Amino acid sequence: MITVVTKTYNNIEPDNREILRYAGCMEPDNNVNTLMQSSLVEAAAVLSGKACYVVLSQEELEEIPELNQVIKGSQDLQYLLRGCSKIVVMAATIGVGIDRLMAKYGKIAPSKALMFHAIGAETIEKLCDMVCQEISQELGAELTYRFSPGYGDLPLETQRTVFDILNPPKHIGLTLQESTLMAPSKSVTAIMGVKN
Amino acid sequence: MTFREYLKNNKVYLDGGMGTLLQERGLKPGERPELWNITHKDIIVEIHRAYYDAGSNVVSANTFGANVLHFDEVELKTIIDAAVANVREAANASTSQGPKFVALDIGPTGKLLKPLGDLDFEDAVEVFAKTVRLGVQAGVDLIIIETMNDSYETKAALLAAKENSDLPVIVSNAYGQDGKLMTGATPTAMVALAEGMGADAVGANCSLGSAQLVDVAQELLSVASIPVVIKPNAGLPHTEGNKTVFDVGPDEFAQTMAEIISMGVRVAGGCCGTTPAHIAKMVSETKEIAPKALEDKGITMVSSYTHAVVFKDEPILIGERINPTGKKRFKQALVENDMDYILTEGINQQEKGVHILDVNVGLPEIDEVDMLTRAVCELQAVTDLPLQIDTADTVAMESALRRYNGKAMINSVNGKVEVMDAIFPLVKKYGGLVVALTLDESGIPSTAEGRIQIAKNILAKAQEFGISPKDIIFDTLAMTVSADNKAAVATLDSLAYIKNQLGCHTSLGVSNISFGLPNRDAVNGVFFGMALERGLSAAIMNPYSSEMLKTYYAFKMLRGMDENCAQYISKADSFGTVAPKTAVTGSVAASQEAMDLRQAIIKGLKDMAYQMTKEKIATVEPLEIVNQEIIPALNYVGQGFEQKTMYLPQLLMSAEAAKSAFQVIKEAMPKGGNNKGTCVLATVKGDIHDIGKNIVKLLMENYGFMVVDLGKDVKPAEIVDKVVELHAPMVGLSALMTTTVPAMEETIVLVREKAPWCKVIVGGAVLTQEYADKIGADKYASDAMEAVRYAEQICVGE
Repeated sequence: MITVVTKTYNNIEPDNREILRYAGCMEPDNNVNTLMQSSLVEAAAVLSGKACYVVLSQEELEEIPELNQVIKGSQDLQYLLRGCSKIVVMAATIGVGIDRLMAKYGKIAPSKALMFHAIGAETIEKLCDMVCQEISQELGAELTYRFSPGYGDLPLETQRTVFDILNPPKHIGLTLQESTLMAPSKSVTAIMGVKN
Repeated sequence: MTFREYLKNNKVYLDGGMGTLLQERGLKPGERPELWNITHKDIIVEIHRAYYDAGSNVVSANTFGANVLHFDEVELKTIIDAAVANVREAANASTSQGPKFVALDIGPTGKLLKPLGDLDFEDAVEVFAKTVRLGVQAGVDLIIIETMNDSYETKAALLAAKENSDLPVIVSNAYGQDGKLMTGATPTAMVALAEGMGADAVGANCSLGSAQLVDVAQELLSVASIPVVIKPNAGLPHTEGNKTVFDVGPDEFAQTMAEIISMGVRVAGGCCGTTPAHIAKMVSETKEIAPKALEDKGITMVSSYTHAVVFKDEPILIGERINPTGKKRFKQALVENDMDYILTEGINQQEKGVHILDVNVGLPEIDEVDMLTRAVCELQAVTDLPLQIDTADTVAMESALRRYNGKAMINSVNGKVEVMDAIFPLVKKYGGLVVALTLDESGIPSTAEGRIQIAKNILAKAQEFGISPKDIIFDTLAMTVSADNKAAVATLDSLAYIKNQLGCHTSLGVSNISFGLPNRDAVNGVFFGMALERGLSAAIMNPYSSEMLKTYYAFKMLRGMDENCAQYISKADSFGTVAPKTAVTGSVAASQEAMDLRQAIIKGLKDMAYQMTKEKIATVEPLEIVNQEIIPALNYVGQGFEQKTMYLPQLLMSAEAAKSAFQVIKEAMPKGGNNKGTCVLATVKGDIHDIGKNIVKLLMENYGFMVVDLGKDVKPAEIVDKVVELHAPMVGLSALMTTTVPAMEETIVLVREKAPWCKVIVGGAVLTQEYADKIGADKYASDAMEAVRYAEQICVGE
């Protein structure tokens, strides 16, 4: 029986340089820094990191034909997972709060909306790093890098398979839209290999 | 005995986990458990029976995900019929004593509703309605709506249950570790919503183990007048070898449930990981605990999708600025469909500290039903304050109440029979706290006695509709003292009587008192203080009035509602007389330096740019300010951006500063400004990213173009219709994903067909020149400045 593990994270620390990079501003002046700092404070109050994942052995993978097929059908994934005995399927989100801030400031201050967009992008990346590091520690093995639906030859439609397996709406409040976009928007799903 | 009758005086035991037990028996990830009602009937019946045998009074059919998003309608009927029959069979087979009820189980759709996700509220209602109707046909005794982690979806399901059955409805939400729903609602807010709409019980399940749910249970019990339901998980899952194990066993579970039931919880069961053994143990440990009698808590409250505002001792401020009465600029915004103006009014008032926003968008020349509904929905996308829906049009009222996410304030009803007959059914159906004006067919009584009598009539009539006095707040009508020098006295005397003798809350539109007088603020402030001292619960007021704020915070402090005078002290500096500014702060750190308007815009200092323009416009012609200061500043920044000496955030901050300067210009010459050309903007169908589009909009507006923003996820036909209607020379389309580029192409094809004169500008993360050429766009703009430059070319060319 396959267990979906759910975890919450309240202490994600984004890297300011990365936020500025996402915001398209590598040389911030005082005004931009002030904008970023005030946005960070506002964002911190609403960020809610959650992740769920499964670790699947080869046999367990065989029991889930849809996923098995998807993996077999992607040369990029085959290459990524070569020599891996297990795979990890994960989903993570930082919650609806940042979407609300982007919606609010999109109406009245697009510069702030842009900043929240950048903070969200950086925060979800950092969250994924934390999740992967934890999984890696728990398994006592290294993970490959994260490969998401829509990368390389892995169709975006794979999102539906990932959602069928993990049921992220139930575990972490992450939903899939008709367009295969996720809501909340600052979210990631990924497949990784566990290196032997 | 019906379920409702049984619930009245007894504790009710629900069942425990189903999904986790099915997984143990081989349900695969991704496999729909509802299909097992047919394919593994024996297992399902056996589990149901084990729960009845363990002492459950209510067993839920295996219909958690049985809806039309997962099954077609024929299949859905087969599944629900089978699921309900399975529970009936188990009930008949069980040897346990006590009444046995069968519940239709309704779980979340797994989708987020708009504006956060892509599921429309009415579509969600229809999804649930189909399941409810099939459940009713199959003969269930009650409906359990559970594991909902969003207040809006909860409302959709509850509305569907109420509109399609008379069955009892239990509403149960999944709270996170922060004690809130995933989309932010507190337990109190959920009680406001569920109780307001007539749920039979409200509570919590899933997500948390029983120990963590104690706090949630406590809060629910402290505010709910209906029974509270708690269905915890058996702790958290972990893997042991090849098995999933939950860490709370039957003994520990039963112990915590005994504690929770002793607190007063009346409906108890288990969720993920709980088994018939958990339920059996809980029943045996708690059956001697006497059910706590229900009491009407008499709490007056409204809610938004995050929190409730409770009317108690502390007076509540209701911002009155979203209202066109006497406001030229606001009327213009309504006529021009300028939603951003309305939203900005909402956000600004929130920053001034109001607790609730009044929303009135009535104007003879607009479609109020549509405008009010959209205003309510869009306000709820940018502010978490509860709203007071303010209209005399009952169709508009119902439409807005239906879509409102939470329990709204309703403005208003009065003593006229016709009005009560129209408004009270809406209060009953959608929930709400209704403002009742003490006037009737014969007008407004000049005496306190007359107004008190009307209040009593209104209460009596409300009772006929099953509306509790706690959901009525009386407005004893402030009339101008300039027409009758006893006017204030009558208002205040009736107010005090209603508060003290009838035990109801009160509200006033304070500023009416000074109509026709000079220096109205002075009168309003004192009258507000007098009313507060007589027990006023809420005021509909202008939060930009420093007199009102002074009175409010000083009153609270003097009345012992402000510990250490902290609120007063923190607000004291802000009691200036400055007019409302544009929303949100730019940095004013540089405000000491000598600076002209041009520099303020270049540096992106929004507040300063606003103030400077305001000062300048007293002596300088508006157009001269635009041409000598604003445009040169915009050009400087625009060129800087193009030459990569300035970056996007700086470009935007400058653009926002310019916009706030333009706001002053626009107020000075509302009809003025030469429109360089009209541009229709939209993010295409299927795509919900609008940051890029909003940036283009801001810049184009600053450069003198009239932008008609259709928003995101817009159908091709809707975009083209607007282009044709306005004969717009250009349309800007945004798409962020490869999957939505086809929708962009589809839109372009339709533009070519219906509006061949129109130039198409495309942009967005996935687009390239090559892509743009392929789908037949006129222009690929890699950033917002490029879009502006192209628009200038087109419009010069014309």
